[in-house]
Amino acid sequence: MRRLSAFNTAALVLGIGFLYLPIIILVIYSFNASRLVAVWGGWSTRWYAALVQDEPLLQAASISFRIAFIAALVATFLGTLAAVALIRFGRFRGRLPFAAMIYAPLVMPEVITGLSMLLLFVAVSIDRGFWTIVIAHTTMATCFVAVIIQSRLVDFDVSLEEAAMDLGASPARTLLLVTLPLIFPAIAASWMLAFTLSLDDLVIASFTTGPGATTLPIRIYSEVRLGVSPEMNAVCSIVVAVVGIAVIAASILTKLNAARGAPVQVQP
Amino acid sequence: MASTTTIPGFAKRGFAPWTDRNSQPLLRIEAISKRFGDFAAVDQLSLDVFQGEFFALLGPSGCGKTTLLRLIAGFEHPSSGRILLDGVDLAPVPPHRRPVNMMFQTYALFPHLTVEGNVAFGLKQEGLPKAEIATRVADMLALVKLETFGLRKPHQLSGGQRQRVALARSLVKRPRVLLLDEPMAALDKKLRGETQFELMDLQRSLGLTFVIVTHDQSEAMTVADRIAVMDRGRLMQVGPPAEIYEQPDSRWVADFIGSVNLLEGRVGEAGDTIEGTPFGRIRVGAKVAAEPHATVWVAVRPEKIRLARCEAGAEQRADTENSAVATVVDVGYLGDLSLFKLRTESGVPLQAAIANTGPLTARGIGWNEKVWLSFAPEATIVLTR
Amino acid sequence: MKPQPQRSRLAGIVVWLPYAWLIAFFLLPFLIVLKISLSQSAIAQPPYTPVFDLAAGWSGLRSFFAGLSLDNYVFLGSDPLYVLSYMKSLQIAAFSTLLLLLIGYPIAYAITRTPRHVQAVLAVLVILPFWTSFLIRIYAWMNILQHDGPLNQLLLALHIVREPPAWLSTNTAVYIGIVYSYLPFMVLPLYAALERLDESLLEAAADLGCPRWRTFWTITLPLSAPGVVAGSLLCFIPIVGEFVIPDLLGGSQTAMIGQAIWSEFFANKDWPTAAAVAVVLVCLLVTPIVIFQHQTMRGMELD
Repeated sequence: MRRLSAFNTAALVLGIGFLYLPIIILVIYSFNASRLVAVWGGWSTRWYAALVQDEPLLQAASISFRIAFIAALVATFLGTLAAVALIRFGRFRGRLPFAAMIYAPLVMPEVITGLSMLLLFVAVSIDRGFWTIVIAHTTMATCFVAVIIQSRLVDFDVSLEEAAMDLGASPARTLLLVTLPLIFPAIAASWMLAFTLSLDDLVIASFTTGPGATTLPIRIYSEVRLGVSPEMNAVCSIVVAVVGIAVIAASILTKLNAARGAPVQVQP
Repeated sequence: MASTTTIPGFAKRGFAPWTDRNSQPLLRIEAISKRFGDFAAVDQLSLDVFQGEFFALLGPSGCGKTTLLRLIAGFEHPSSGRILLDGVDLAPVPPHRRPVNMMFQTYALFPHLTVEGNVAFGLKQEGLPKAEIATRVADMLALVKLETFGLRKPHQLSGGQRQRVALARSLVKRPRVLLLDEPMAALDKKLRGETQFELMDLQRSLGLTFVIVTHDQSEAMTVADRIAVMDRGRLMQVGPPAEIYEQPDSRWVADFIGSVNLLEGRVGEAGDTIEGTPFGRIRVGAKVAAEPHATVWVAVRPEKIRLARCEAGAEQRADTENSAVATVVDVGYLGDLSLFKLRTESGVPLQAAIANTGPLTARGIGWNEKVWLSFAPEATIVLTR
Repeated sequence: MKPQPQRSRLAGIVVWLPYAWLIAFFLLPFLIVLKISLSQSAIAQPPYTPVFDLAAGWSGLRSFFAGLSLDNYVFLGSDPLYVLSYMKSLQIAAFSTLLLLLIGYPIAYAITRTPRHVQAVLAVLVILPFWTSFLIRIYAWMNILQHDGPLNQLLLALHIVREPPAWLSTNTAVYIGIVYSYLPFMVLPLYAALERLDESLLEAAADLGCPRWRTFWTITLPLSAPGVVAGSLLCFIPIVGEFVIPDLLGGSQTAMIGQAIWSEFFANKDWPTAAAVAVVLVCLLVTPIVIFQHQTMRGMELD
């Protein structure tokens, strides 16, 4: 039953269209020469030109990227360890609370995690700023990484690790030579996810930020509260373009790796 | 209880180290048990495997044969008992340090390495010099006839080719024992037949010891020097294929290997007949090692039963031993032989198998015909359990 | 099982590194929130009292505990505005989740009906908006829903309305924003559950004479239940505490609890009250959170 019914086709078209239409409109209006949304003033890139001169904005972008890069790195590391512990270590003591702490941040409202982290930093007198945001983002992203790596490990063919050990590789060398190379696409994907989550976060960053650590979302938010502005349209379009290219590139790379990444199937 | 009949005539190619009282086994399994909760996958099993043997573990699914293999490889730890290799207890040795290698049922080839990379993997772990690794890998690939495939990745190979890479990868380390877990399960029938003979040749020429796990009887009978038949974690019988087939020591083994007709009766006074079977009195080939009036079972293989059409004839005498009149209830034509389902006048169901030696056009025995069936006393097997 | 000494050490690090991090930066903060919810606001740095000071010794500890009180909770319970806000948040979250389910299920189902290679592309298409900034996507809706924005222009052009209606600062805008932002979170778990469905079950049903709609109702839907639960919880729980969407798209009628926490904290600088509001919110959400964790762990076969 592989032919799409009319209902299904409509659902797909409407659904995907609904997801993309606002973004497309946003991008179109970023090229609107007129400042007013109601008036179409012709195509223009003046708002993009204005961006380049906007120092605080560029500063904020730089800070966001640096935070995201570091947080993603640490989160990928911790999250992978957590996933390995959950899937491969059987029922160790403290596993249930460990798992609970991994899954809770996935759904916890951001105002709560943001507030709680801020109160922590205040209670132990850590100056808030760049590094507190990094810590907060790392904590949040670790859980997403753990979930992704976990689902990859569940599908992973254990006999490959057994074969490696059978051929003389110690458990540590097996992890390095066999397991990690084969789950690498999942690790790369979760790094990207952690990066995006950090880059995009507003609420947690707002709570845990300090002087001199204004991130891009915080900056955008403060502008946007006052209403729609074409410069913001331009900023957003750029971000959309960058992320879009990155994701498409990543999925193409994943496709190319698919054959070597998947365990070899044997049909009985 | 394992049988250790020592009739040398049963051994293939005259190779029977288990009959030599002075030879030490290469692999000794002592009262091994493996329990998962209440369930005993392997139950107090003891076994000896000798250097140079092609040893088969045969049994139905769930009998514990794969668990036993994994215990030897070190991927499972025994609940009790010991495994000794060259007299050394393997218990403290982790799998990556055992001089034992395994060929996995799914082959477990590393998808991210080339064929050469896969075969060289084990040698790299030993820390051998690059030049030596390269030579040994090349030799091994030539041995399994994959010389030109060195740079391919597993997903670019056929099932049979992947199997040979898996074999090469294990063999190149020259293990003391090579364990094979249903190595031919994924191959089609023709390829399976060819591979069986290739494996036997390889084993003999390299002088290695193989332990193979299979659920396929004909495979075990073809390749093995000795077969260990297992059921539900226990060893039922160990011996060369011919011995297992011609001299099963229990009804279970007789029934599991090939097909068999089983008739229950009691040992006669003189010890050379079995009385009171559904077939009447049966004369057996040798004196039965059991007390008169003891309950025993007579096993007769279908191919040992002779059939003749019921025409008035000299051979058909009412008082001939081991014979009866029967009706053909069903015929199965298998090309090389025909299987007959028979029912005697007294209602006993029997199976017979006759080779189709004549041309098709010659009139064979058909449905509902009355036939005269008989079997020689020497063709009977008396089972006491 | 005889663990190798080196393996245990390595294994220990693998578990303890993330464990310690989470205890320090996830569990501990919660305890601190709890503590502060029991404190009073103060014009001081930090803006609450009592302050936990280890140097103050045993008597310091005693006076610390004496300074804690449930005043904030009493305040919350007595002020109808807060109670209303909680109810509103739960209500909006529940209704949004329902909308998400009704919209997301057909999309997920439709994706499974396409050929395999197309499915991968569609899955990427669905998740792509999620990777672009959340804030940006809400801002995109601000563009559209403006008084003289494209939506009203379209409606006027089609003569559906005579005057441009106000979309922003309404409940409707909030629902649009929520459904738009959380759709990938609903579609992907549903798609994962539906994709795992064994197609031979549907063929067997057809073979036994079951019409398509009934097959869907009696077989597909029940078997996709885990996906429905996962997607619903993945949406419902965070929506209850949503801040950005009601703040940018909603008005004074949509006072959700996330906004309450934000304003108590940033506007009123009343940390203890904000903490108390947060604690009550967590208590309200504890049941769905536990269900979600249980479901996820079962999905990963961890229990």
